[in-house]
Amino acid sequence: MHFLSEFWHSLIGALPWDWAHYGYMRLALLAVFLAAPLFALIGTQVVGLRLVFFSDTLGHAALAGLGIGVVARLAEPWWAMLAWAVAIALLMTWVQRRSRAAADTVLGVFMAFSVALGIMLLSRSGQSNRLVTYLIGDVLGITGHGLAGLAVVLMVAIALAWRWFNALALTGLNASLAGSRGVRVAWVQTGFALLVAVAVTMVIPWIGLLLINAFLVLPAAAARMLARDTRQYLVWAASIALTAGVGGLISSFYWDTPTGATIVLWAAAFYALAFVIHPRRAGSSAVAEATET
Amino acid sequence: MITPPGLPLPINFVIVPNDTLVNVEAPHAPCGACLTHVRNLGVQLSGQIVLEDLSFDLRCGEITALVGPNGAGKTTLLRALLGEVPISGSCQFHGGPGHPTRRRLVIGYVPQRLGFDRAAPLTVADLFALTAGRQPAFLGLSDTVRAAADTSLAEVDAAHLLNRRLGDLSGGELQRVLLALSLSPSPDLLLLDEPQQGLDAAGLARFYELVARLRGRFDMAVVLVSHDLAAVARVADRVFFLDRRLLAAGPPAEVLKKIGAH
Repeated sequence: MHFLSEFWHSLIGALPWDWAHYGYMRLALLAVFLAAPLFALIGTQVVGLRLVFFSDTLGHAALAGLGIGVVARLAEPWWAMLAWAVAIALLMTWVQRRSRAAADTVLGVFMAFSVALGIMLLSRSGQSNRLVTYLIGDVLGITGHGLAGLAVVLMVAIALAWRWFNALALTGLNASLAGSRGVRVAWVQTGFALLVAVAVTMVIPWIGLLLINAFLVLPAAAARMLARDTRQYLVWAASIALTAGVGGLISSFYWDTPTGATIVLWAAAFYALAFVIHPRRAGSSAVAEATET
Repeated sequence: MITPPGLPLPINFVIVPNDTLVNVEAPHAPCGACLTHVRNLGVQLSGQIVLEDLSFDLRCGEITALVGPNGAGKTTLLRALLGEVPISGSCQFHGGPGHPTRRRLVIGYVPQRLGFDRAAPLTVADLFALTAGRQPAFLGLSDTVRAAADTSLAEVDAAHLLNRRLGDLSGGELQRVLLALSLSPSPDLLLLDEPQQGLDAAGLARFYELVARLRGRFDMAVVLVSHDLAAVARVADRVFFLDRRLLAAGPPAEVLKKIGAH
């Protein structure tokens, strides 16, 4: 592990550019290399399963987790964020199965509750300064442990995709059809919600919880317009996430801007570009349904 | 035709073993002896009785049209057969002599709609990869799945659609693709929910005629859901008129007369 870290630092440190001389930038670059494929893989499914609002809620819910972690005086409040996100994910999938119709209302309630609770707990404990750090993210927050964790989550996500990608994508198309093909729909949905919760919480400290969902969804949304099949979709999403991640990270260094926001702006630029190249395919499902009937 | 490994038996069914079976893997004409035997089937959802005391038989080689007003429980009955909702009563499947293996029941299902939009990067080939194999769809089609997809698509005159995007298909083409999908692996019971995506009356009639043609080529019983009795009367062998209970069952003309008298 130590050897790998030494190797990475000397490899990137040998690059001739200014930013490569800073240890935190070298860590951040590695973080981008791990997070981009992870978020591309998850983001394409979040879009396909129409869970964009769900993942957004998870991001905002982190605030309550942070508040609880701070009030409980945890050395690492991040763990409370993770626990809270997992709890919300489980609760949400349960509620969604019980009442499909009110799902977005329920999500809105969870988001409001979590944000309010987080703000209240943080200001009560005199830690409002942490609020801003978590809202917009801080690239200095990337640690070796965090990266190791991210690498593990990426490996797990790839292993899960190998076994359950078909089941998950089919569930997004039609749950009954998936069920008739032997997919255990409830388990697949719950497992995916947990993966989203963990992945989002891993990356929040440096992208920021305001924009985490944008980094999850934008590359997939742009890739959707450029790709014509499942394979191209994943390749495009990963390429866009990676390019936006690296471009955003390095330009944030020179522009002295928050990294998360800069990465998301890059991703948004790719979305705009994809829209210009293929405006016809930018239609939402609402548009598609209107033209069908 | 391939049988995906690990395709489980539908949970609401009891499969009655038949020791006289011949092992036939290829799809073949109906033997007329495969029997789906449903007795006193009931479904309650959130404390409400949705279906009550349904008893009927489905035979291979027959098309049964399931008609009834909106909210009559037609889709719920399909979901009960698929094992998605808990039931009271019993469902048994007796494989006839032409049935491929002793303890197998494959249910083909054509849903009302797919949750995709016109922009979705999803091809017909992807759809087969998603449903047919263990290999994740982002790695493309394996040779066996491609062969099965080609065969199934040819059955519905849609072989040329394999590499088309779903969003570029017409309503009729999409419906044929979904039908082809349900034919692989070769089903014992084919459940067709009423299509909701862009199919006009003429398109629907053509689709039903295609189903009627397949009925003679595959050893399966077909259940066709519709809210429009006139549309299915021409292809159905029998009609079930459902409104929470089974109010009438029999040949189309007979059921038409009976409903008219109500």
